[in-house]
Amino acid sequence: MITWLANPERFTRVFAPIRPYIGGLAAALFVWGLYLCFASPEDYQQGDTVRIMYLHVPAAWMAMMVYLIMGIASFFGLIFRHALADAAAKAAAPIGAVFTALALITGSLWGKPMWGTWWEWDGRMTSVLVLFLFYIGYIALHASIDDEVRAAKSTAILALVGLVNLPIIKFSVDWWNTLHQGTSVVRMDGPTIAPDMLWPLLVMALAFKALFVWLWLVRIDAEIITRRYRTLRARLSFQ
Amino acid sequence: MSTKINAGPHAALSLLKRDLSLSLTRGGGPLLAVGFYLTLMAMIPLSLGSDSGTLSRVAPGLTWLCLALASLLSLERLFERDYEDGLFDILRLGPLPMEVIALLKCLAQWLGTGLMLAVLTPFVMIILGAPVDAAFISLIAAILGSLSFAIIGGIGASLSLGTRKGGVLIALLVLPFYVPPVIFGAGLMQAYLTGAPVVQALSLLTAYALFALALGPIAMGAALKSALN
Amino acid sequence: MSLSVTLDNISLRKGYNLLISNLNLEVGSGDAISLTGQNGVGKTTLLRAIAGFFSPHAGKISASDAGGPIDPVRFRTELIHYLGHQDALSPTRTTEQELRFQAQYLNANENNYQFAVQYLNLSPLLDLETRLLSAGQKRRVSFARLLIAQRPVWLLDEPMSPLDADQRDVAARLMQDHLSDGGIIIAAVHDPLPFETRIVHLTRPDISAQEVALVD
Repeated sequence: MITWLANPERFTRVFAPIRPYIGGLAAALFVWGLYLCFASPEDYQQGDTVRIMYLHVPAAWMAMMVYLIMGIASFFGLIFRHALADAAAKAAAPIGAVFTALALITGSLWGKPMWGTWWEWDGRMTSVLVLFLFYIGYIALHASIDDEVRAAKSTAILALVGLVNLPIIKFSVDWWNTLHQGTSVVRMDGPTIAPDMLWPLLVMALAFKALFVWLWLVRIDAEIITRRYRTLRARLSFQ
Repeated sequence: MSTKINAGPHAALSLLKRDLSLSLTRGGGPLLAVGFYLTLMAMIPLSLGSDSGTLSRVAPGLTWLCLALASLLSLERLFERDYEDGLFDILRLGPLPMEVIALLKCLAQWLGTGLMLAVLTPFVMIILGAPVDAAFISLIAAILGSLSFAIIGGIGASLSLGTRKGGVLIALLVLPFYVPPVIFGAGLMQAYLTGAPVVQALSLLTAYALFALALGPIAMGAALKSALN
Repeated sequence: MSLSVTLDNISLRKGYNLLISNLNLEVGSGDAISLTGQNGVGKTTLLRAIAGFFSPHAGKISASDAGGPIDPVRFRTELIHYLGHQDALSPTRTTEQELRFQAQYLNANENNYQFAVQYLNLSPLLDLETRLLSAGQKRRVSFARLLIAQRPVWLLDEPMSPLDADQRDVAARLMQDHLSDGGIIIAAVHDPLPFETRIVHLTRPDISAQEVALVD
């Protein structure tokens, strides 16, 4: 199935008709999710600020998920030399970077009323910040290499090295955290969560995922078209 | 047959010798990184004030930061020159696989500059106010740390080969990966200075160096092959 | 010895561009091939593919001798010389340092080194840093490794271009000696080599092949 779809032409044929529906699904989920966000009760401690969580937590989840997807696509691109996998990894990166930035910004906005500071150097926020740097490095590397195939390979290696390193970095940051702060900071999303807060969170998470899939498909398609154009244009110069 | 068996180590030794002599002489050799390291050290009291209490508190952490930054400096030259000169075309027709070539080049560069920086580290720390008895442990830690920096840095250098963005791009790619050794190294010094046990930090630092030694050649080999086809 | 190199229906790409499509070529001991064609048609890419620096997008490059097929890694690391556009000399090292390094790295013996220096008249250059050499001198120094490490397959990318008339004669003699010893030469050239060679003219694959390459 995956190999069958790995042909860019087939991929375009299969997904181009489905794409608008995924976009529509994302829009509908956002409408529903945002309604639930504002309809849900205030938190007895945090008041209205708890609603930032409905953006922050799904964004943070997406930040990690997209990086994982990039890693998997990179792996397939590197091992099986699927051109589509390269395009998929490249297309996911800026979307992931934006989700990560969103997680950092909403985290910071949430931190102000919660802890009284715009930025709290806790393990979680610091790790997400490093993840954001990974995205930036990935995008910068892709932009710096002229040869597209080489760019795909090099960024795939970077993505995989990053994927292997992320748990280590997370561990080291947590270790650093225990070293520098005796008491643990208030956790952003405690394990105990009221059901009427769980629903908006879940719907928003689904909305984020649908949005990602839609944007991703659009970008992969754009990547395939650009590539075809460039190749044929270069060939025409030899006519 | 006997010549064939010897071909690998023989070639490896000659490559290591060549690269070591180049890393010691080319472009000022280790002088650049050492000068940069000492300049950063001098900037610290100038930006934080010369209060010895403040300085000795931040000395271990800032020394490790400076060590990481100074380690970045020589990375741009690591593969770039030989890449531009076409030397890899000879290296690939010899008995060594690309992974080994990359590792040898990293080690030569580390012996030429990283090790010098590591040797300087206890002095830098002491000048910034760390006690003299921390010298030995800081030297050990700096050796392990600079080795990790060199090899992880080599991955960045191999990935950005031929991009003409050189140093800045390498720094951007590599610095996030320097986070664990910086944390473990600075943590180690802090533990030592507060009298806490250092075994955990030291073993984490060692583990990361071994991890870099295992992962680095694979990643560099793949990146170099893709850059050189 | 009867070495042969076979290109079996190979296609090569640079980036996503298809440069060479369905090329077949059989080269045996004593053969000299001139690759010709427009700039950018893929001569260098083809030489580098034969050298084993990357594997073709489709098809197979193989070598065999009397003992049967040769392992590609052994082919690359023991039987091939590749002389590219760049002369592979570090500017700050002396000619002697570079040649001795090449000899050690490629596991050649000392006599070959002396022979190469003599044959190519390199002794006046030995103590010079290679950055001080002219383009023609650098190319002569590059030629030395063909003699230092004896390998049967020579892949030469525009070998003659920086050389003057006298040096071209020396280089031609060197190549002809190699061929009469049963060696193989595949050279990318603009001007024909001054001896009998088989000419392989490369052209761009047509646009429909390009389209096919795009989708797989």
